[in-house]
Formats: sequence, structure tokens, C-alpha cells
Amino acid sequence: MLLTLSWTLPLAGAILLALVGNADGRKDAMIRWVALAASLVAFAVTLLIWVRFDPASAEFQFVERVPWIPAFGIDYYIGIDGISLLLVVLTGFLTPIALLSSWEGVEKKVKEFSIFILLLEAAMIGVFVSLDLFLFYVFWDAMLIPMYFLIGIWGYDQRIYAAVKFMLYTMAGSVLMLIAILGLAFMHQEATGSYSFDLLRLYTLEIAPETQRWFFLAFAVAFAIKVPLFPFHTWLPDAHVQAPTAGSIILAGVLLKMGTYGLVRFAFPLFPLAAHEFAPWIALLAVIGIVYGALVAMVQPDMKKLVAYSSVSHLGFVVLGICAMNIQGMQGAVYQMLAHGISTGGLFLIVGMLSDRRHTRLISEFGGLRHVMPRLTAAFLIITLASIGMPALNGFVGEFLTMLGAYLWDPRFVVVAGLGVILSAVYMLTMFQKVYLGEVSNPKNAALQDLQPREWASVLPLCAMAILMGVLPSIFLAPMEPAVRKVVERMESARPLVAEASPQAVPAAALPAVDAAPAAAAVAAAAVVQGQ
Amino acid sequence: MFSPELDAIVPMLCVTLAALASMGAEAFRGERERLPIGGLGIVGLTGAAVSSVLLWNRSASGFGVIQADNFGLFVTLTLVAVGILTILFSAPVLERNGIPSGEYYSLVLFSIVGMMMMATASDLLVIFVALEILSLSVYVLTAIRRDNAAGTEAAFKYFLLGAFSSAFFLYGIAFTYGVSGSTKLSAVGAYLSAQALSSNPLILVAMALLLVGFAFKISAVPFHMWTPDAYEGAPAVVTGFMSTGVKAAAFAAFARVFLSAFEPFKADWAPVVAVIAALTMILGTVVGVAQTNLKRMLAYSSIAHGGYLLVGLVAANDVGKAAILFYLLAYSVTNLAAFGAIALLGARDRANDELRDYAGLWHTHPALAALVTVCLLSLGGLPPTAGFIGKWYIFSAAVSSGYYWLAIVGVLTSVVSVFFYLRVVVMMYMSERGSAEVPPRVAGIGMAALALSIIAIVYLGVLPTQVLNVAAASISTIF
Repeated sequence: MLLTLSWTLPLAGAILLALVGNADGRKDAMIRWVALAASLVAFAVTLLIWVRFDPASAEFQFVERVPWIPAFGIDYYIGIDGISLLLVVLTGFLTPIALLSSWEGVEKKVKEFSIFILLLEAAMIGVFVSLDLFLFYVFWDAMLIPMYFLIGIWGYDQRIYAAVKFMLYTMAGSVLMLIAILGLAFMHQEATGSYSFDLLRLYTLEIAPETQRWFFLAFAVAFAIKVPLFPFHTWLPDAHVQAPTAGSIILAGVLLKMGTYGLVRFAFPLFPLAAHEFAPWIALLAVIGIVYGALVAMVQPDMKKLVAYSSVSHLGFVVLGICAMNIQGMQGAVYQMLAHGISTGGLFLIVGMLSDRRHTRLISEFGGLRHVMPRLTAAFLIITLASIGMPALNGFVGEFLTMLGAYLWDPRFVVVAGLGVILSAVYMLTMFQKVYLGEVSNPKNAALQDLQPREWASVLPLCAMAILMGVLPSIFLAPMEPAVRKVVERMESARPLVAEASPQAVPAAALPAVDAAPAAAAVAAAAVVQGQ
Repeated sequence: MFSPELDAIVPMLCVTLAALASMGAEAFRGERERLPIGGLGIVGLTGAAVSSVLLWNRSASGFGVIQADNFGLFVTLTLVAVGILTILFSAPVLERNGIPSGEYYSLVLFSIVGMMMMATASDLLVIFVALEILSLSVYVLTAIRRDNAAGTEAAFKYFLLGAFSSAFFLYGIAFTYGVSGSTKLSAVGAYLSAQALSSNPLILVAMALLLVGFAFKISAVPFHMWTPDAYEGAPAVVTGFMSTGVKAAAFAAFARVFLSAFEPFKADWAPVVAVIAALTMILGTVVGVAQTNLKRMLAYSSIAHGGYLLVGLVAANDVGKAAILFYLLAYSVTNLAAFGAIALLGARDRANDELRDYAGLWHTHPALAALVTVCLLSLGGLPPTAGFIGKWYIFSAAVSSGYYWLAIVGVLTSVVSVFFYLRVVVMMYMSERGSAEVPPRVAGIGMAALALSIIAIVYLGVLPTQVLNVAAASISTIF
């Protein structure tokens, strides 16, 4: 019940707000408080889930299952393990901050804005808790609608272009995944006589290597667009730059994680043979993204765009860690997802504050802000260092683990990825220097206000989390470990077979069916063992 | 209720009586007297709905040519929904534009009778008669605004091409009769399954001609040319009516003829229909992107939706047949609501159906804009709406029959279609108020109809189980 509550509470808040008449904007203040309260209650629920979560278990917990469309074996089937738990908590954590960030930035249509943010939160949590592929797809697609409106109505001048591009890119990727989902359900029907969209049952399905390859690609492309993996990233700078601050925080903080979460939860474990085959290529794209994103970020005149490209770079580490398919890499990847959510969310938040004050985001417009707004500068410094991967802050743990994992797998990738770490220090510190250090070069900046109490309320939790995650990573690593180990074991069980197959120097398509059958059987057997 | 023969046609009788009553009411109406003629239609349609429910599972057969099986009754119920929504949307439009309501409603009701007959007919000749009943009524409805040049032109084009397609259809019946010696679907089916291995070219000719006839009615590519003009020229509410009702009836007959009588020759027609389906989806969406008139855009979108329905027909497994029924219901409610909204926003002298007329609608009509958005999202197939479940159902039918390529064409075209549905949303929500003079208040009854449709769309999108089960049960009794 608790898990259902975590996504229905924001939904209920949205419906409640929809019933309030606010044509003249007189109830704006009340609406802001109601929305904030709804999101805080939802956050409290996610924390309660964490408290009651058994960190030693790799199984899905808080499982709820109600038949939804029985004729097709579709259930309302939700549950969380250590991986999704932390992402749900992250969603619950960032939504109130996003609402706080728009307290003054959003002036028009406050009611609708709050409704869309709450709907978005409901859909995002829904994505992370779904264990039924159909349900997952419903949340996955439904999430696009509020985000589209948030960018399109409350964004900056190019907002419509960015909103439509965001929507079409994401949909184009996800519809092919829908076909693959249908194909899986159908294959389950051929094998057992009944349709099923149950993720855990589909894990045990025997899928021929050739089919795995196609289905894996359909899933991977959908997630790669969301991550976004180079070269599918072109929607991201537009969406980020045009979105309102709250939209950017959620987009960077949670939405991008859905892509990497999808790889960990669906694409890799469902199609382990294909995953092993494609992992080096995906890792290659990830590494290209790390360097490319960093290089492009270096030359951005716009702070928001700089942070957006830095996301491309940072998420490359996550994907690299996933591709390594060992404990260190996967754990690092999940940790990096959380860390990036906190630090990039914080960067967008503070850039949004500057943009609210000056109505520009160009680096050249600022300079010497240290003298005018010392508190904001301090907060920005913490978040910047966290983003760079400074030890004792959150970014370090994630990047270190992913690179360790990748090193154990294939050191060549790490050599290039390491370049990304250095470059991230270059572009982030350059921006920090130009904006905050030196003398106040622009007279317009001389009288800017420092952090207000409301802004404190949104910045402080982020800074605290950045430090906490850097100093005590085990709080977060411990609950996810069993779940990560389970995914890795599942992937490992398929690895030797690939190694055996590759010396034959023929594509797996040419493998005789006799060879493929034991492979799939072994995968199924391993999954059954883990299931017990 | 009555004799067993009559039972099967009771739904049609109810609607026919309502149509006759509307004609009579109009004839005896006083000069200034206002009669709730639309109400008569709703009474008749409700009667049809009740009798359909009572006939459920009885598979009543009337005079050997009407088969009131669950498949036909499901479509009949869909048509009742179409009829009731049409009447609700029409009421304010008729008043605004001074269209004589007696004529209008009786034509709508007569065409619904034709549609119901088409959906339940089990004899090719009766299908033809039904087709003519509905077509003639719809031609007149297209030109109901006699002083409107565009409407008259649209009706003329529609009539010429419609007559042309009727001729094809009739030829097809003639050839079928020539080959099999009967026009009854059961007899044709029995004959053909005995001949399944022979390749009599006349059978193929008959099949091709019938296919062309149906393709015209469901506006499948390349027989879609009349659609955009007819849809744009007709009053919006009539367009909504014919883009849903006619399509539902034609698809019901199409499925019945090709999935029962011509089932043995599926290997011959399925590839052709598959190609037609793909072309229809692609053309409908690609050309739809270029439209600036909302009605014309929705015309192309409804062509594309015909393509999705054809995918269900090609898949032709149990899932596909049930998917056709569910999709028809979902599409009918959604599309009718979309056209209804256009009709509500029209003014007496201005149709307000250009895309730019919708600029900033959100600011003046927030509720209407929200309802239209739900319709458009459903047409685009986004969850949690009826359109999503419908598309998902159709594509799962295609995938389980191994038509992966059709499913891929389908999902990719629906992404493209989302682009043009979003253009309307962009206009309504993200653009500044335009100069169009939209009526400050839209009629309450129209808003009620729209809200009703939206409730149905969301219900079908979130809790589709019940309707899905009914649809699945409907096809298990036949074929």
C-alpha cells in the first residue's frame, strides 16, 4: 500500500489542485503551499519506505499485485529493490526543491504549473516501481505529457521548439520498445500458453540470440535517447536550456536517470547475450560522450547549456559502469545516478536563481559575484566541486567506482574516460572563476540580493546531501548492493557462453540452434536459482 | 420479444421509428414552435441500445439476411454512442446556423439505420442496400448548409466518387454470385472453402472488386481522394459523424465479409491489404503534417486511423478481430469529440477551423482546451487514454501474427501523427491569443457531450478490461 501511496499522493494533489478555481490568480500562494505540502508528504512516504526496506535482501519488496487486464496477463504489479528504492527517494527529494525553485520564477498560471509538476512526479515514481512491462510503458509515455507542457508553457523563448523536439525524440525511441515488449509477451505466450508482461517471468524466458539482438536494440535505443547517449543527445541541450528551472532540475535530476535505470533493469538483464555482444560498442559511445560532452561544455557561453552538456559527459560514466557489468561498475553507476541528480539539480537551481535575478544566463554578463552574494557563491562552490568529483563529495564515489569497474573490464575505456574527469574540472572551474571571482565587472550585478530564506530551504538540502553522500557513501551503497549483485550474477551467467562463442569468429546469427539452446537454458536456470 | 425473425431487427426498427417521428414532428411543427426533435433521436437510440443488450448472446437471425450476433451488436452499440454524441453536439450548431432540425436529425438517424444494417447484414446484397441507405443520407448531410458553396462542392465530389465505389462493390457482388451461386455470406464461405485450393481467377476478381468498394468507404489509400475535401466541406459535426459512423459500419462489414466468406483465400488478400494498410498509415500522417486547417488535418488523421484498423484486419487472429472492435469504439468516441469541439467553437459566419484560430484558446476557454487536449492525446495514442489501449491492442495483434514490419510502420507513423496533434496543443497553450472571434461561451449541452466523451476516453484508457473482454467475447461467437 505504501508504494502505491508514493505515486498516488502526488496524483491526488494534482487532482485536488485541478478542482480549485483560480482564474484570476488570487489563490496562487495557497496553491503553491498545497503543492509543496503534497510533494513533502510524498517525500515522507518515500523515506518511510526506505526505513522499512530490508537492505539485506535482493528481492523486490513492498510488492503489490492486482490484475489489470487479465486477458493479456497485465497486472498492476509494483515493487522495489535497492536500485529503484534510491531513485524513488531521489524523485521524492527533488520535487519539493523544484517547486521551491519556482516560487518566484513562475508567475503565470501557477495552478497549472503545480499540477504538471505533481503529475510528473507521479509518473516518474511509477516508472521506477513498475514490475510489469506494460505498466512501465504506460508511465514512461505518460511522463512525457507533463514535461512537454512544462517546457512548452513556462520555458524560455525557444520553448515550443524544444518541447516538441523533446516529445518526438523520446517517443520515437520508445515506440520501438513497445514493439519489443509486445514481442516478449507474445513469445511468453508461445512458450507457456499465456501472455505475460511480468518482468520477473520474462527474465526466465528463453530467447534466441538473433531475437535478443533485435529486441535489445529496440530497448537500448529507447533508453539511449533518454540518457542521452552520444549521438542521441541533441534534444537535451534544447530541452534543458529552454525549460524553466524546475523543469531543468527534474529533467537532469530524475528523467535522465530513467534511461540508465532502464538499461540496468530491462535491457541488460532481459537480453544478456545481446548485452554482452553490444556492451563494448555502447561503452565506446559512452566514452565518446564523456569527452565530447566535456569539450562542448568548455566553449559554452550560456551557463545552462554548459551544465546541460556536462550532463552528457557525466551520464557517460554511468553507462560505462553499466557496460562493465561487474559489481563495482554497476554500483558506481547507480551511485553516480544519484550523485548526478543531486549535483546537477543543484547547478540548475543556482543558475536559475541567477537567471531569475538578471534574466540572463550568459557567463560574460557576470563576474565577481563573490563580493555581492557570498552565500550563494559558497553553495555554488560546493555543488561545483561535487560535480567535478572532488573526494569527500558525492561525485567522487560514483566516478571512482564506475572507473574501477570499467578498469577491471577493459582498461582502454578508462584511459579516455579519465580525460573527461580532467576536462570537467576545466570547464566547471573556468565557469566558477568567470562568474564568481575577480572584481564586479558589470554594474548591474552590484546590487544583487544574496540567498533568501526560501532559497536557503532549497539549496541547503542539496549541499548537505552532496557532502553526506561523499562522506558516508555506505548509507547508500549498502541497500543497493544485494540488488546490484543479483543483476551482475545474472549477466555473469551469460558471459562465459559469449566468450566460448566468439573464438569461432562467426556472428552469433550463424550459431547452430543446438548451441543456443543450452545457453538460454543456463540463463533461465540461473534466473530461477536467483529467484529462490 | 416479437417473432424470432423480427427480434434481430428491433434495434434498427427503434432508430427507424425515431427517424420517422422526427420527420413528422418537423412537418407538423408550428411556425415559431421549437421542438426537442433531437430528444426523439436519443430516445430511439436508447431503445436500440437496450434491445441490443437484450439480444446479446442470442445470435438472433432475421429473415436470413440479418445476423444480430455479438459482433454486430458491439458495432451497433458503438453506433448508438456515435449517434447520441452527434445529436448532443448538433443541437447548438443547428440553432446557431439555422439548419432545419427535423431534416437533419432524420437524415442522421436514417444513416445510422443503414450503418446498423451494414454491421449486422449477412448477405452481400443487404450490405449493399445498407451501404446505399447510409451513403445517400450522408451525401445530403454534407450539403446540409445549402447556401455554403464549399459544402455543396464537397457533397458533389463525395457523391460522384461514392457512386463510383458502389459500382465496384456491386460488380464484386455480381462476380461472387457468378462464382458461388449465392450472395449469402455463409453459402459463399462454404463454397469458397471447398474451392480453397483451386485458383479460379473469377474469385480473385470478385475479391478485388469488393476490396476496392470497401477501401473507398473506409478511405484507404489509394481510394482516399474524396476524404479531405468531403470532410473539410461538411459542417464539423457532420464530419465527425461520418468519419466515425461510416467507418465503423464499413469496417464491420469489411471484417465480416473478408474474415468469414473470403477467409479461405486469406493468403491472397492479406498481403494486398497489408500493403494498403501501410500506405494508408504513411500517407495519412505524412500529408496530415502539412495541413493548416484543423478539419483537413483531422481528415488525414482519420485516414491514418483507417490504416491502423486495417492492420487489425490483416492480423486476423482473435486478438486482431477484437482489436478492431475496441479500436472502432475508442476511435469513434475520440474523433467525434474532436470534431464536436471544432463545431462548438464555430460562429455563425465563421467556421473557426483554421489552426491559427486556436491560438491561446487556453486563456479564454481553459476547460474546453483541456478536453480537446485529451482528445488529441488519445488520437495520438498516448497513455492513459483509449487511443493508447486501442493502438496497443492492434499492434499486439500484428506482432502475434508475425507482422512486425506493419507494427513498426504503425508505431513510427503514430509518432509523426503526434507531431501534428501537438501543433494544435502548441497553438492552444503556447501561443498568444489570436484575432479569431471565438464565441465567449460555448453551449452547455455541447460541453456536457464533450465531458462525457472524455470520461469515456479516460475510462477506456485506464480500466479497459471490461470492454476488452466484451470485445473478445463478441468475436468468439462468429468467424
